[in-house]
Amino acid sequence: MNVDKVLDATGLACPMPIVKTKQEMKGMEAGQVLEIHTTDPGAKSDLTAWAKSTGNELLELQEDGDVLKFWIKKG
Amino acid sequence: MTEAKKTTIVLFSGDYDKAMAAYIIANGAAAYDHEVTIFHTFWGLNALRKDEEVLLPKKKSFMEKMFGKMMPRGADNMGLSRMNFAGMGPKMIKDVIKKHNAVPLPQLIELAKEQDVKLVACTMTMDLLGLQKEELFEDIEYAGVAGYLGDAQDGNVNLFI
Repeated sequence: MNVDKVLDATGLACPMPIVKTKQEMKGMEAGQVLEIHTTDPGAKSDLTAWAKSTGNELLELQEDGDVLKFWIKKG
Repeated sequence: MTEAKKTTIVLFSGDYDKAMAAYIIANGAAAYDHEVTIFHTFWGLNALRKDEEVLLPKKKSFMEKMFGKMMPRGADNMGLSRMNFAGMGPKMIKDVIKKHNAVPLPQLIELAKEQDVKLVACTMTMDLLGLQKEELFEDIEYAGVAGYLGDAQDGNVNLFI
């Protein structure tokens, strides 16, 4: 997968993963992909719901031990 | 996407934990591209108070001075709604917040400002509690019930905390 940017949000608690994701996405162009790493277990539903409601596309979600990895394409 | 959605929160409580919940939701909603308003009334006004003593142009009455002294000066001085233990509770919760990398209330308020959350102070309750504009943050707005309803009637999420 072509990743344009990586956001390390590991260790951060709610609401920071989505706040940081939003801020990161703001500076990106439509079609670009952001990879996000987080350790907040709530982020699984948080980022999924966020992507859906904000018109972005969650391409993939992987669990790598304690780290959740997301790939979101900007809509 | 169509027109921006709106979230409004009435922050009535002056408790650290409740204000924290309000500001977490506000920051989350801002990240959801909502236009967010927090309307501070009664004890919730204390979240907007500066933590230092301010020289006031208008002299306070005895009652207003009492209120000013008994209420927390700023978010960091608020108590907890449960398990306050005469001030020990907030110390413990701040310790736990740090340990879990959560964001403390004063920083959540800063973050809300950065995300253009509209912070409003209710002028009627400011009057009741004797709070003057000089005691509150500079970059806030002032309104009454109609100002709140103007935002809330188009609100997709409206909360009272």
